[in-house]
Amino acid sequence: MIEICNLSKSFTTAGGTVDALRNVNLTIRDGDVYGIIGMSGAGKSTLVRCINMLERPTEGTVLLDGVNLGTLSKKKMQEMRHHVTMIFQSFNLLMQRNCLQNIMLPLKLIHMPKDQAQKRAEELLNTVGMSDKAKAYPAQLSGGQQQRIAIARALATDPRVLLCDEATSALDPKTTQDILSLIREINQKLGITVIVITHQMSVVQEICNRVAILENGSVVEEGDVSEVFSNPQARATKRLVYPDMAAGMDSFGAPHQQMIRLVFQGAEAAAKPLIASMAIDCRIAANILSAATRTLDGKVYGTMLLNIPGGPEQLAKAAQYLSQTPDVRVQIESEYAGLQEEKRQAQSGEATA
Amino acid sequence: MAEYFARYFNDKKMADAWVLIQEDFLSATWSTLYITLMSTLFAILIGLPLGILLVTGDDKGIHPLPRGLMTFLNWLINLLRSAPFIILIVLLMPFTRMMLGSAVGDGGVIVPLVIAAFPFVARLVEGSLRELNPNIIEMAQSSGANTWQTVFHVMLPESVPSLITAFTTAITTILGYTAMSGAVGGGGLGNLAIAQGQQRSNHAVLLAALIILVILVQILQTFGTWLAKKSDKRLKNR
Repeated sequence: MIEICNLSKSFTTAGGTVDALRNVNLTIRDGDVYGIIGMSGAGKSTLVRCINMLERPTEGTVLLDGVNLGTLSKKKMQEMRHHVTMIFQSFNLLMQRNCLQNIMLPLKLIHMPKDQAQKRAEELLNTVGMSDKAKAYPAQLSGGQQQRIAIARALATDPRVLLCDEATSALDPKTTQDILSLIREINQKLGITVIVITHQMSVVQEICNRVAILENGSVVEEGDVSEVFSNPQARATKRLVYPDMAAGMDSFGAPHQQMIRLVFQGAEAAAKPLIASMAIDCRIAANILSAATRTLDGKVYGTMLLNIPGGPEQLAKAAQYLSQTPDVRVQIESEYAGLQEEKRQAQSGEATA
Repeated sequence: MAEYFARYFNDKKMADAWVLIQEDFLSATWSTLYITLMSTLFAILIGLPLGILLVTGDDKGIHPLPRGLMTFLNWLINLLRSAPFIILIVLLMPFTRMMLGSAVGDGGVIVPLVIAAFPFVARLVEGSLRELNPNIIEMAQSSGANTWQTVFHVMLPESVPSLITAFTTAITTILGYTAMSGAVGGGGLGNLAIAQGQQRSNHAVLLAALIILVILVQILQTFGTWLAKKSDKRLKNR
């Protein structure tokens, strides 16, 4: 178990002090695939580097099974890093060493005899499905293949925790899927706790069971992925969960008081064509502004944004009708305009920066 | 112009030069190569660790050393690099005599050459190591590598092609410096050129020495570049 308590980290730069993390509290249980998500600059990378002490926290503690990592001697710290390993966005393989030698690096560091290390590296190549590339150099491999080798290297010392720092951000969607499956497999088969740092909601959706949303160095929301996704509370979370919605609304130019958001929390997908039946039963033709739903085990999760033409009565009627469906929550959008405004400000802020 | 040729390239001079080329040039070339290789070897033995120290001991390095020590090292290297080689030879004569029992001959030039070249090599090594991708160093640290392991298992192996290029620059520069070995009675092409060519006004000898030096530099540089390319596994399709 990893407990992060009251963690803060600030950097002193020429322009003054920057608070990268503010009072972060998280608990990561053994066997979790824990997502930490946020926009760039939210402090994700700093947070993950505080977990293996590549960055020393300014305040607060990181406990690994009750051991305060901040108090470890240099030697113990290096030993700890054999148990808490890391993979990176840019893979960070040794370019002058072949795949087998790359995987053997951590084993060399713990002084494992060479023949034994080679045997272990060969097993790991097999685990990540790269047995035929033992003698290949990283430059000869694709990004996905390089990340597989990096994963094998991270597994070499039988770690308890695997830190993934934007591990799929440099990969195409198909390769991302493959790498995520591999990480999930590692979590399930080897029981390794995985901490995933990402800015992609899809990555969290795909493999995490828990998620924390980081904004400006603070955790603004935390919980089970299904819960956080179906009913996001914090603004930052909503922005991450509904990024397309805001864009969709712009293009339709719909007045926000005419909108309904449907949140599917595991509704039966095949039970009833919801929008069509509303058109027949209430004679309300809804515009689907955008939809982001996915089906898991025949149940629908996600959200849909509807524009209801014809004034407040129609809107109320539609809301009433839709709310009869089990496992679907209906929100009449009023704060959406505020969210839009905030997003616009953020964008113009970025532009001036 | 005609006068110049009559004076420096007349039949007698050419005949003298031809005798010299046949009798002395081979051993002088060997002598130059010997001085160059030995000096480079020792310059690398001192300069490589020093270059590593400059990078790892830096404020932002993997093993920061006291700032005073780093300032002193940088100052010392700059000082040695700013002294003209011919002055260094003369100044170092007592030191050379102390080390070798004599301040002249081939050995007499190797000592000042090493002193002049190791700070240069240290700077070249520093440059090579600083070019390393910092992400690779971070990877090593996150894998639990200590300072030694980071240097020997990660930094140096990853810098091999760049270090070969740096050492090639060093050896060709040192080869040029060996010409001054004549000043302390060391052997080699430089000595031959000065003693036989310049002092006896036989420019054919000077030219011949120059041509051999040019060929040596070309060979060393070509070999170094080839080796650096061959060792670099970042290049695809090999």
